[in-house]
Amino acid sequence: MVEEAFARLHEAVLNADEEAAVKATRDLLDAGAEPQAILERGLTEAMTELGRRWNRGEAFLPEVVAAAEIFKTCSDLVEPALLARGGKKAGHLVLMGTVKGDLHDLGKNIVTAMLKTAGFEVSDLGRDVPTERFVEEAARLRPKIVGLSALLTTTMLEQRTVIQALEAVGLRPDVRVMVGGAPVTAAWAEEIGADGYAANAVEAVEVALRLAGAAAQDAGGRKADG
Amino acid sequence: MGEPQVFELLSDSEIEAVHNAALAVLSETGVFIDHPRALEHLAGCGAEVDAASGRVRIPPRLVKEALAACPSSFILYDREGREALRLGAREVHFATSSCAVRCQEGTAARPSRAEDLVRLTRVADALPEIDLVSTQVVADEAPKELADSYRLYLVLRNSPKPVVTGAFSEEGLWDMKALLDAVTGGRTEDRPCAVFDVCPSPPLKWTAISAANIMDAASAGLPVEFVSMPMPGAATPVTLAGSVVVHTAETLSGIVLAQTVRPGTRVVWGGAPVGFDMRHGTAPLSAVEATMITVAYAQMGRHYGLPTHTYAGLSDSKLVDAQAGLETALSGTVAALARIDIIAGAGALDFVGTQSLEKLVVDAEVCGLIRRLLRGIEVSPDTLARDLITALGPGGDYLAQAHTRRWFRTELHLPGPVIDRLDRKAWEEQGRTDILARARERVEAILKNDPRAPDPDRAAELDRAMRRVMDTRGCPSLPFVGAAEG
Repeated sequence: MVEEAFARLHEAVLNADEEAAVKATRDLLDAGAEPQAILERGLTEAMTELGRRWNRGEAFLPEVVAAAEIFKTCSDLVEPALLARGGKKAGHLVLMGTVKGDLHDLGKNIVTAMLKTAGFEVSDLGRDVPTERFVEEAARLRPKIVGLSALLTTTMLEQRTVIQALEAVGLRPDVRVMVGGAPVTAAWAEEIGADGYAANAVEAVEVALRLAGAAAQDAGGRKADG
Repeated sequence: MGEPQVFELLSDSEIEAVHNAALAVLSETGVFIDHPRALEHLAGCGAEVDAASGRVRIPPRLVKEALAACPSSFILYDREGREALRLGAREVHFATSSCAVRCQEGTAARPSRAEDLVRLTRVADALPEIDLVSTQVVADEAPKELADSYRLYLVLRNSPKPVVTGAFSEEGLWDMKALLDAVTGGRTEDRPCAVFDVCPSPPLKWTAISAANIMDAASAGLPVEFVSMPMPGAATPVTLAGSVVVHTAETLSGIVLAQTVRPGTRVVWGGAPVGFDMRHGTAPLSAVEATMITVAYAQMGRHYGLPTHTYAGLSDSKLVDAQAGLETALSGTVAALARIDIIAGAGALDFVGTQSLEKLVVDAEVCGLIRRLLRGIEVSPDTLARDLITALGPGGDYLAQAHTRRWFRTELHLPGPVIDRLDRKAWEEQGRTDILARARERVEAILKNDPRAPDPDRAAELDRAMRRVMDTRGCPSLPFVGAAEG
């Protein structure tokens, strides 16, 4: 029963079938499966497999992004049971958002989805995120990485503002900051004191793995190169 | 509305005017046929024949009867006898080019050999955008007497797709028929997997070989594709309308010959219009006028209720370069919008004289784009997506929607790896490749796979038939043809 539900959950995530994924997750919880196992074996492994398929050109962005949303829905279902047993969420936490004044979030959403396929846990603050909100959430969640997206040459300046704000409250030494977006370059990332820059979603995963030190440790994060 | 409108250049009254002019040419001027058997036959059918000059004047009545005898559509099968495609259904099919004597190698071209035809056939077979494989090049090492049948043999050995081919001599057609019978188990007539191109010599002439090929193909039940070559200002009037008249008259005369030999013979209203460059004296198939003539004669073909063919989606460039890309895409798109049944040209460079493996792979991408274009825009409540637009509102993200997952594979054409859509940084990291390099990679990848050979019994039959042809023509050995058993 439990094994069968794990298989169903795996398939449902790969097929981006939210209804089936939620049902399988509930069945697993009802059957008393370990919440940690549901997260790792059920959800994270399916996302990692999807990442491999994406790398081979067999899966496409709509499927990856949808699977990432299902991942979120299902891990929220698991979370109470997980916390009750003193467990922790799988993977390193990344705090993501599009900076203040910028309403574009397609690129950020794609990076978010791809990070999830690599085993990261992502807390997505959305778009047009005020600097204070980045700081508050960073203080509360203590992520390994903060990702700042900007699509406009005008809003990319906000990336520097966020980094400065993190410094002002003393959080900067504890988080690595990644920046991205169409006008952003490696030179800009260096100029504003960011730790990493990625030109596309695949590279974002590589940079995140490097920053989290996960590539070497494989602490829940799996390399997305299939 | 779905599919885009058929692109046309002639009005109904203009079609009628071309038709009347062509009928007048046939009955008053006539065509020259260099073959006593054809002359005798046509005289017996009621044509006015001057045996001494070879001139045949064809009355409108004969033309009308011949057209009435033509099937308006027919099915082509694959080598295994499975239904492959229907011609005359206003559906576009892509074929490789078929006349080359050279192969492109880097920036140079060299005489094509058997190995080249095998590779070209295997690559064409692996490309889903290519519906018909043609006998793309001749094998330089084959004696002239069996160059046509050997070409067909190599294609049948390496791809099951329907074939566009042609004979180089009177006897050649019968040799080729024997190969087809061998590989299909004698089903050449009821399940044809090959179309035979026959070309008049412009203006208004049929060589002995062409005339014999038409009559023999008809009597053997093989489909015939007429490939008239208007050349405005040189072999046909410089005016495009006048060139279409000559094309119509030539093709109608071929149809009369075929249908009087055997009513019901499957025919294709084809052509290979060329331009004539008034500076260099060359005959570019990619001249826009050539493509316009194609559109016009395709209208004539449809007017007569016949399947159509043309050479388009090809280039006169000597390199797989930007000229090759723009010429291929333009003529291919226009011919497809004109709903030509068979668009032949994939892989061709240099006035169809040179065939390129890399260009074949690139051209398949053009065919893929065109196929998407021809499907048009589907309009329904679900595709209009009003509910979804309302639900997501301003700033909505459509990427994660079930609607997107349901539709993206059919709505969005995804090109192959030959087409670069990487962001600049990724492109730079992956070696800054150009399309030629990426095409070469795809060719190498395809050639790593095994060819789709006939099943062993049929392959053995085919080999035996080829060896019989070689024995008859006094050719002891050829590459890829196994030694006789026992």
